[in-house]
Amino acid sequence: MGYVAVKGGTLAIEESIRRLKYERVKKGKVLDVESVECGMRGLIDQVMSESSLYGETLAAIAIKQAEGNPEEAVFLMRAYRSTLPRKHYSRTVHTGEMRVERRISASFKDIPGGQILGATTDFIHRLIDFELMNETEEEAKIWLSAFERQVEYEADDTDLNRLPKVSDYLRAEGLIADCGNDDQEPDDVTRTSLKFPASRSEILQVLTRGQTGAVTAFAYAVIRGYGQLHPTVGELRVGDLPVCIDDPIGRSDPDDAYYIGDVKVTEVEMLIPVTVEKEHGKKELEFDIGYGVCFGQNETKAIAMGILDNSLSAKHPEYPSQNQEFVLYHIDSVEATGFVSHLKMPHYVTFQSKLDSVRKTRKSKTERQEVGSP
Amino acid sequence: MKIAYNFAFFDEGSKREIRRATLKAIAIPGYQVPFASREMPIARGWGTGGLQLTLSLIGKNDVLKVIDQGADESVNAVNIKKLVTGTTGVKTVEVTAEATLIQSRHRIPEIPLKEHQILVLQVPLPEPLRYYEPSEFVTKRLHAEKEYSGAWLMLFEQIMKYGNMSSGADHPVMVHDRYVMAPSPIPRFDNPKMNYSNALILLGAGREKKVYAVPPYTKVVSLAFDDYPFEAERFDGMSCRLCGAAGVFLDELIHEETGETYHQCNDTSFCLSRLNSVSAKYQEVPLNE
Repeated sequence: MGYVAVKGGTLAIEESIRRLKYERVKKGKVLDVESVECGMRGLIDQVMSESSLYGETLAAIAIKQAEGNPEEAVFLMRAYRSTLPRKHYSRTVHTGEMRVERRISASFKDIPGGQILGATTDFIHRLIDFELMNETEEEAKIWLSAFERQVEYEADDTDLNRLPKVSDYLRAEGLIADCGNDDQEPDDVTRTSLKFPASRSEILQVLTRGQTGAVTAFAYAVIRGYGQLHPTVGELRVGDLPVCIDDPIGRSDPDDAYYIGDVKVTEVEMLIPVTVEKEHGKKELEFDIGYGVCFGQNETKAIAMGILDNSLSAKHPEYPSQNQEFVLYHIDSVEATGFVSHLKMPHYVTFQSKLDSVRKTRKSKTERQEVGSP
Repeated sequence: MKIAYNFAFFDEGSKREIRRATLKAIAIPGYQVPFASREMPIARGWGTGGLQLTLSLIGKNDVLKVIDQGADESVNAVNIKKLVTGTTGVKTVEVTAEATLIQSRHRIPEIPLKEHQILVLQVPLPEPLRYYEPSEFVTKRLHAEKEYSGAWLMLFEQIMKYGNMSSGADHPVMVHDRYVMAPSPIPRFDNPKMNYSNALILLGAGREKKVYAVPPYTKVVSLAFDDYPFEAERFDGMSCRLCGAAGVFLDELIHEETGETYHQCNDTSFCLSRLNSVSAKYQEVPLNE
């Protein structure tokens, strides 16, 4: 028998993990995953969007495991996502085919197809509803059936699957430049690392995966003073998009494609007035588009994404909010939280090394002073 | 929903991609090869770059050692070992000489490495020029043009301000007379171990999505001036309280009761094997008195 290493680390970790579980269950109640999925739509949508993985049940488990901490839940989802092989790529999804639940425009009052308010927190008074303390499932069911009967009775004949887009109207008027379709295969930042200047598809991908708070904060900086002033929401729509994949052994005939399900997204087209120089130095006002889209109903994030999409296309960046590296490198939840939290790790060696430098510096200073004095 | 993970966590396609980047890194010593960098069940900044290298390289017959700031039992080292053994079932060891694959954070073991070994270093900030140039687009160009005056100026300014180079760990090195490279935050004490190392040294930065390498028998020189030579941390007149070793990197500790400063080997497995070779000759002593 000789010396053996002290197994302090292993034991400490095991105990810490047990302690974590204790914190989750200590009040003797276990959160039902189904309840999370049914009642935490906002958090599920945020987590799915930031983890760029669409799966409500999966997000619900992650939220339960993370005790509702979105940063942890996103982390769990991302780690799971990276083990999934890519078996198929979907056909291009057209948002014109969205089954719309909500759709508004802040630019035009009368938009073709009309404004559809849908479900929104925009007009509620933020007063805590103490009734919810005692809400029962029975009450909810009664309310639900009454609601559904009414909806059936009041349905009109608007085709919610084919609502025209506001930007098409402006394009027809010549107020936005017609850009045509960009049918290039999009880049994927999870398969090839980001290079600068980043392509539009990379910018959009990083923004849509971005941490909601970070994306919002940068966009807020843009409209508050570090970028262009006051853009307008051309159109915001929330709804389900059908996703189809090509027959894996057949040809890429759209008629042979398989429908594999829906994803709910929020899509925003921001209108940003810009001055363009025409012939002979003549200046004209035109509108630029900023595009935002993300999984789930995340309206603030989608609008913020639209603002940043436009801001990051600036030819001559003046502000950090227009600098691609500054924005795109720092808004990912998993990367930002990981690196900030890594400061909790031991830095004994690195600190010892710095200490050595500091001591050396001080010593040589006193030496120099001694030599300098008579 | 029970999920079984693939051998070494990743799907084979991901491992292949990381290995391809690694091969390129070995072919261009000191050059930072961008790679996609998968998301891991361990946080970014906690060793995911090193971990991805380890997982892409590990085979069933490998013997793994993981150290964090010199210690095999540091919580993060344990945690990384747990993930690798959990998904591969490979054997782990603490004795440096017995390992074929060594993942380390911020230290190169005291015992010289051998040809059959691979050292994987975890890197937080792979870009040695980042201190004075925040833009990746610009630093990439500086490397391409071998434009390193900024790195020299940085060291020169330190001398002007503080009387000597005040870099702590991660003192920049020149690899194969071509690329200035961040050796990862190893103490300056470990920099010379990279020079003409017998073992392959791989460096992985997960969050920054870069892999780079020092192939065996490659020239690695710490940046310094003729009149201000490179200096490692000095432990003059100090030795390990446990094994008595001198001339190794020592941790500075404070005695709880007396408040006295004492020193101990930072490389715990090195210290342990010294203690064992001594105690085999003399007597048995409990380490944790």
